[in-house]
Amino acid sequence: MNREGRGATTPITTGGAAPHTFTGNRALELEEGLIFEIGRTDVTGVDIEDAGDFTPRLGGHERKADLGLPGLAEPEAMRHYVRLSRMNYGIDSGLFPLGSCTMKHNPRLNEKMARLPGFADVHPLQPVSTVQGALALIKELSRWLLSLTGMEAVAFTPKAGAHGELCGMMAIKAAHIANGQKRHIVLVPESAHGTNPATAALIGYEVKSIPARADGTVDPAAVKAALTPEVAALMLTNPNTCGLFERDVVEIAEAVHAAGAYFYADGANFNAILGKVKVGELGVDAMHINLHKTFSTPHGGGGPGAGPVVLSKALAPFAPVPAIVADGSGLKLVEDEGEAGAEQALGRMSAFHGQMGMFVRALAWMLSHGADGMKQASEDAVLSANYIRACLGDVMSVPFGERPAMHEALFDDAWLEGTGLSTLDIAKALIDEGYHPMTVYFPLVVHGAMLIEPTESESKASLDLFIGALRDLAFAAKAGEKERFLGAPHYAPRRRLDETRAARAPVLRWVKPQPLPEAAE
Amino acid sequence: MRYLPLTPEDRTEMLARIGAPSVDALFADIPAAKLNPALADLPAHKTELAVERTLGALSARNVPAGSVPFFVGAGAYRHHVPATVDHLIQRSEFLTSYTPYQPEIAQGTLQYLFEFQTQVGELTGMEVANASMYDGSTAAAEAVLMAHRVTKRRKAVVAGNVHPHYRETIATLSRYADDAVVALSPVPQGGEDILSAIDGETSCVVVQSPDVFGNIVDLKPIAEKAHAAGALLIAVFTEVVSLGLIEPPGAQGADIVVGEGQSIGNPLTFGGPYVGLFATRQKYVRQMPGRLAGETVDASGKRGFVLTLSTREQHIRREKATSNICTNSGLCALAFTIHLTLLGETGLRKLARLNHANACKLADKLSAVPGVQVLNGAFFNEFTIRVPGKAADVIEKLAAKGVLGGVPYARLAPKAGLDDLILVAATEINTDEDRAAYEAALKEVLA
Repeated sequence: MNREGRGATTPITTGGAAPHTFTGNRALELEEGLIFEIGRTDVTGVDIEDAGDFTPRLGGHERKADLGLPGLAEPEAMRHYVRLSRMNYGIDSGLFPLGSCTMKHNPRLNEKMARLPGFADVHPLQPVSTVQGALALIKELSRWLLSLTGMEAVAFTPKAGAHGELCGMMAIKAAHIANGQKRHIVLVPESAHGTNPATAALIGYEVKSIPARADGTVDPAAVKAALTPEVAALMLTNPNTCGLFERDVVEIAEAVHAAGAYFYADGANFNAILGKVKVGELGVDAMHINLHKTFSTPHGGGGPGAGPVVLSKALAPFAPVPAIVADGSGLKLVEDEGEAGAEQALGRMSAFHGQMGMFVRALAWMLSHGADGMKQASEDAVLSANYIRACLGDVMSVPFGERPAMHEALFDDAWLEGTGLSTLDIAKALIDEGYHPMTVYFPLVVHGAMLIEPTESESKASLDLFIGALRDLAFAAKAGEKERFLGAPHYAPRRRLDETRAARAPVLRWVKPQPLPEAAE
Repeated sequence: MRYLPLTPEDRTEMLARIGAPSVDALFADIPAAKLNPALADLPAHKTELAVERTLGALSARNVPAGSVPFFVGAGAYRHHVPATVDHLIQRSEFLTSYTPYQPEIAQGTLQYLFEFQTQVGELTGMEVANASMYDGSTAAAEAVLMAHRVTKRRKAVVAGNVHPHYRETIATLSRYADDAVVALSPVPQGGEDILSAIDGETSCVVVQSPDVFGNIVDLKPIAEKAHAAGALLIAVFTEVVSLGLIEPPGAQGADIVVGEGQSIGNPLTFGGPYVGLFATRQKYVRQMPGRLAGETVDASGKRGFVLTLSTREQHIRREKATSNICTNSGLCALAFTIHLTLLGETGLRKLARLNHANACKLADKLSAVPGVQVLNGAFFNEFTIRVPGKAADVIEKLAAKGVLGGVPYARLAPKAGLDDLILVAATEINTDEDRAAYEAALKEVLA
């Protein structure tokens, strides 16, 4: 008699391949077709009031052809996107040690605040008298950024890091033009993010690469040697992409200024030094801040971000429009180039006034942490990275190990020599262990780079488990357990994807399958 | 501090393992005199409740669009977004994921981007679309740079009726890239002469339809003239819902189509984040900026998706990349694609028709107000009225009466000398009561 109310269970058998399923699903692992395969153009998931009869005034420009857009009823749509979401890894799923990307916890308070109607439901072109709170929020965010960086002004409109770089470099070009200078070279260390040279080239600069010295940092002598009168600026990431603080930064900045050039700092790694040092005191003229990294506005699968730029006194007058100024009656937006308050503005970066939704989230994060919490966060981020490096240094190879790491730990692939395995194999094997891989093959200055950034969001237990997983992989690699790596990932929703095929004959959209000729009628 | 899991004991143990005497020993490369600066002007950490109070107070000092009769557009539009959209984009696995550089654990993002690209292609009538840009204005500026690469020319003609912010964004980037821009003058009633500005040095012509004044522009003759001169037509839109009702730029000969996608799925949020749509012809795909999701197979033969053609991009090509863009508008693109999937062809057509109907009703009401003239013959959901006196004053007085009645054109372009024009938008959110309130308030203001 079944006294427990449970059905009888089949005895567990072991061994043998997992059986095939009719649907291709495996319990919670659910396959999902494209909306073009499961939707129909006559189905909709939104009930819309009927417009009734009226005479259109479209001047004969009515759309004639079908749009070809499938619809899903609400339950179908819900299921489609929930199933897709389950094929993704996020910071909420587990440790996301992607170097240079600062994947830290995204507090939901920030999401809640960004959805307050006074922020989410205000139009950028409402009368300014009706958006005083929104302008005050941008002012307050700017005040925090200026205090944390010791800089003079904030250009708040850039929409992401690369857009901030563009803004900062345009300010530098504008300043040179205003000073009657024609300079066409920008110096970029070879360890820089790709966005740095791409940005400089976008506005007509010739990029000259500065090699790294043996300890992974920039040699002031190399910078001085390259500082000709044609040099407009140096773009330097600090801490750099090897995870090291450029300890000669002050000497480098002085040399740059003595040569009549400006110092652009890439703020991608700001998380290491938040509250620990003010970049304005290091001689920086412009630095973008990735609010979606340091200040935890979520990455959202690739954006949106926000990339406000802090500017030195020398560059402040060139900040783009709009600017926010206070007058007797409250806060005012200066929206036009040349208007009082923006006489020397470099122009406009985009429509409207920047990424308000991200500003709210970032300020919520700042207020939550306060000055003390931010300093603690950056100390924890640096401590965690150094801890990982210390715990893995005996099984993996650490370039530039003589200097303390900042918020990320860099490894190269020297330890894989003779194993027949590559950095990519290690990354894919980490997926099977339940982790998002670290950044791989970047920075370019070390061979087979693995860049690990744990951030301040991990507990010690979480760090220890991750370290344990990597140690186990390292031992397995050296023990010749190749199949664990070469076939990885084994347990992800997809095995390794053929990227070569995708690039050789690109399929960039769904195309309706053509019926076979005999079936056509 | 609620977001920091390490305890003081953990920190001590970790320092011991590292062999560092203190945490500041890890910061030894920072000049000692500059380490740990005073941050006396910033407060200490706050509770969740305290943060809600502070930000709630700031929020309360704004007038939400939903609290008043609301007719503001000019590049950002208030539409109703189904609750499902905001729920789904807050799924952890979407919200807290990164750019899908590890495709085996990012198929969710990659598949919706592939679907998004297809939807944008269908809407615009183009062959390929990318995985999004920051917004419409930056997409337009990037389109100009792309046209320069394709044509190997460096002069853009920008129509006078393109949104002034878009014109300035294009002009700013072009100025610093040392490219030429011929900026034509606005013609509020439409019918501007663009053709005579096109010559043998023109790389591209940038035309918006519906334009900033709401006029629907016939792109075909412009495309023909541009193509005859070896130039590309860049078609811009700021209201993507219009594509549910009017002929798409792709069917009229556009070579690149860019626009703002905010209207579908995304709230106003004071101007950002939004989502730039970017589409073109297959033959130009390798000159496109931005990320592209593409179809492929995995090692076991299953269909899957990856980011592809990345040799165009900055992380591979550095100074030779087609753009410096990295982070784009992934989550806004997700909101867009979910909302559009819910709508489908049937829903989008219905929504577009309702927008147009509401705009027609509003135009009739406002043109009946003494002194007010509606300038447009043909329009979609936005049109321009001429008022006696300064438009900015009228808008302020309307706001004082609790009606947000539109955008004075002079706010967007103060030097154009068009101080008596108001851009007025109508969408499905407006009711008969809203329209009546606008009419009554405008009558009083102009009396």
